[in-house]
Amino acid sequence: MSKEKVGVYVCHCGTNIAGTVDVSDVATWAGENNDNVAVARDYKFMCSSLGQELIEEDIKEQGLTRVVVAACSPHMHEKTFRGACERAGLNSYLFEMANIREHDSWATTNKEAATQKAKALVNAAVDRVVQQSPLEPIPVDINPNTLIVGGGIAGITAALELADAGNHVILVEREPSIGGHMAQLDKTFPTLDCSACILTPKMFDAGNHDNITLLSYSEVESVDGYIGNFTVNIRKKAKSVDEELCTGCGICEEKCPIRVVDDVFEAGLGYRKVCYRPFPQAVPKFPVIDRENCTYFRTGKCRLCETSCPTNAIKFDQEDETLQLTVGNIILATGYDLFDARRIPQYGFGRYENIFSSLEFERMVNAAGPTSGKIVLRDGVTTPESVAIVHCVGSRDKNYNEYCSKVCCMYSLKFAHLVHERLPDAECYNFYIDMRTPGKGYEEFYHRLLEEGTHFIRGRVANVTDAALNDNEVNKLIVQAEDTLIGTQRRIPVDMVILSSGVESRHDAKEVTQLFKMGCDFDGFFIERHPKLDPIATMTEGIFIAGACQGPKDIPDSVAQGAAAAARVAGLIQRGTVMMEPVRAHIDQEKCSGCRICNNMCPYNAIVFHEDRNVSEVVTALCQGCGTCVAACPSGIISGAHFTNDQVFSEIEGILWDVSPEKVLA
Amino acid sequence: MKYGFYPGCSLEKNAYAYNQSTMAVTKAFDIEFVEVEDWNCCGATEYIAIDLLPAYALISRNLAIAAKQQSEQLVAACSACFLNLKKADHYMGESHKLNEKINKALAAGGFNYEPGSVKVRHLLDIIYNDVGIEAIQEKIIKPLYQLKVAPYYGCLVPRPAKMGSFDSNEYPTSMDEIMRALGATVVDFPLKAACCGGHMTQISEDVALDMMRRILKNATDNRADLIVTLCPMCQFNLDAYQESVNKKFGTKYNLPILYFTQMIGLALGMSEQELGIGKELVSAKAALTNISEEPPPKPKRVRRSKEALPLPVLEEV
Repeated sequence: MSKEKVGVYVCHCGTNIAGTVDVSDVATWAGENNDNVAVARDYKFMCSSLGQELIEEDIKEQGLTRVVVAACSPHMHEKTFRGACERAGLNSYLFEMANIREHDSWATTNKEAATQKAKALVNAAVDRVVQQSPLEPIPVDINPNTLIVGGGIAGITAALELADAGNHVILVEREPSIGGHMAQLDKTFPTLDCSACILTPKMFDAGNHDNITLLSYSEVESVDGYIGNFTVNIRKKAKSVDEELCTGCGICEEKCPIRVVDDVFEAGLGYRKVCYRPFPQAVPKFPVIDRENCTYFRTGKCRLCETSCPTNAIKFDQEDETLQLTVGNIILATGYDLFDARRIPQYGFGRYENIFSSLEFERMVNAAGPTSGKIVLRDGVTTPESVAIVHCVGSRDKNYNEYCSKVCCMYSLKFAHLVHERLPDAECYNFYIDMRTPGKGYEEFYHRLLEEGTHFIRGRVANVTDAALNDNEVNKLIVQAEDTLIGTQRRIPVDMVILSSGVESRHDAKEVTQLFKMGCDFDGFFIERHPKLDPIATMTEGIFIAGACQGPKDIPDSVAQGAAAAARVAGLIQRGTVMMEPVRAHIDQEKCSGCRICNNMCPYNAIVFHEDRNVSEVVTALCQGCGTCVAACPSGIISGAHFTNDQVFSEIEGILWDVSPEKVLA
Repeated sequence: MKYGFYPGCSLEKNAYAYNQSTMAVTKAFDIEFVEVEDWNCCGATEYIAIDLLPAYALISRNLAIAAKQQSEQLVAACSACFLNLKKADHYMGESHKLNEKINKALAAGGFNYEPGSVKVRHLLDIIYNDVGIEAIQEKIIKPLYQLKVAPYYGCLVPRPAKMGSFDSNEYPTSMDEIMRALGATVVDFPLKAACCGGHMTQISEDVALDMMRRILKNATDNRADLIVTLCPMCQFNLDAYQESVNKKFGTKYNLPILYFTQMIGLALGMSEQELGIGKELVSAKAALTNISEEPPPKPKRVRRSKEALPLPVLEEV
């Protein structure tokens, strides 16, 4: 085999790599020890335009036939350097990257060991790259339809942006209505806009847009395929209502004799009927029948909704329906769950009736809520004379969630304002650890509350109890905290306690990531492609994220991310095609014995068997390059492009350059 | 089930009833205890506050002996002993320097201790996790129906959190569950993990008496017949100083303080004498007559008014 001319470039990445790895030693060593290396350099920032030009010049002037860059993760800059190679006329698959940052310099402080490992990684990359062959990316058409999962404010925003730009959107929502958490709120901080007033027009638009197919009371069941060509199965749960006939008049809901506690929309503070719409402005307008609690479904009797419906739209025999759709891109906007304060027993939620969760209080102050906006104790009539608001419930706490939930300080301030507004004589206490109000107009809102006379006590609450120590505390809830500003324990007796619970990932976030083949962090929030530069895409091409499913977020941030995700998708749709990695399996037709072992292994059904010739063949358009068949072939005659046996074995040999074969075997 | 056992000083003297009932109950569950031979005092809460090194050396001598006796798990019934043994083991494992110094001190007596070689556990942990609620229920002969108890954990068993604990640090429920299993009614007791004052009685009696008062008040306010505890210090303070509390605050608390092992023993049909009941200063005699042969009637569903808002549901424990 003729000798290749490989160019090796070792990046300093400022001090990120050079601080731990002796980069010039690595470059010199590679030049001296690997016969295939023609040029070896180190440079401060290889990804800079000057660094890229260095590669381009060497290719042109020195006639390099292969290029290796030892720098960061290929996730970061593989595209950058492939581009440099292409510009200089070198096929981009004749380039290889050695990750000496994440896999080396960041992982240790031991300079000697880091340098040694960098040499091994560079050597492996060089040995591998000489085995690589030129390949051409495969163009794939982008299906212009987009699936959006989750109909909260982030999902609605994304859907409207895409639909207004002329693209078809399928918006899937688990609940009977879109609107998400924002629909539950009364006022929004810091402007005190009425949440429903600004949200419902958007909900209406989303529900009536020609380009939006709204599937409420539905869930995604399976996802197959890849960017441009996803096939999704969506289960439309039986609403027991014929949408063609239903006018949304609401008589069925009125007539339904059974009411149950509404744990979703009313956050447990109110009731709903069994035949219900979560709220009057629900979109779509159709009610659903909650079969678990419906008398007819339990006993076969009642039918009041059916008999009262003027258009005969109630259909008890309706069944779940599964729709199969193809889409080009997917935006996940699945939102968050509120931290369940019952998990902190010393705060007494569930044990003492006048302790409320933050969403319960949101519903209470909402004019359309269970108390028509009146602030009352659990008995529904008594007005509290004092209210304590406890911040950081389940947030900033190693026992529960270590992160800050970002929105609680601001909504707690909003609560305090609403208490002052509606109960001017009531005392209001805010127990906080740190007041976190970064945002436009947020700090000003805090100052406004200081003026309004809220008592701010800086200290994490130890417990909430009814154990009175003196007469002032009898029949009160006592909030105990260390006031860290004056350095003393304080016991504040109050009538009502609101627990400002934090934001958590959805309870089923992990299953969702498995369904969509992407990742979530330890807290269950979806992992973005890059925490700074790409918080919208995921590591899976064609799948984007928006809103609180990526991390705690308030409304403006969720809206911004929803719109950003829509813009990303719109860009792909406009481009029409996307270039896919040509990493595909290939079966050597001459050598295939026709055993068919690979046929059933392929998760993408991309292998066909030719009866006449008794051989199997890979359909390139369907193959995803997973490599399962390559490993399974008993004759070893299936090869994966860019991952051939020669390439992988050369890489392994390269990495083990300083280990004698005896040692490896031992 | 075989464990090493460290009785500690109080179980020999003021908490002898705890000792008696522990032995009776553990025997019933086939638990075999191997007592640490020639054990010495753990130093209680004071010695650590005065001089750490000799205090830890003193404690770890017991660990060294337990290790030598090949007790992989060492059980303490007293909260202070339990915490001290656990602390010594924990900090020796954490600090190489401390470990070296202590082992140097131990070597003078011919001992040696490798941190982590003995797992220190509290008696409640053993009964709750190793014996288990089901096994207790199977052996119940005389359920403690209608007896209203306030399970009191004190502070040294639930906390600190960083060394790991078998129950919640702030709102433990293991003893509640055991009491319910015995048939007793567990009253709400928010101060279940508050401090009884410990040895504060010796430093500032006023402070200590106020700390005891709030616990006695909370249990009485919630209509407990008696307080059930797992700590000799808590038992002693609340029992022996109850009269002083009453005198100082003009109150009339009359709340017997018993050990959870005594309660288990009663339900297993053991005699009061066998369990050391009667040794307490505030007599439990009257309170124990509340035990009925009938299970308590199902609590009536409180009718809530039409305006009332729904309540968050707590999972039934």
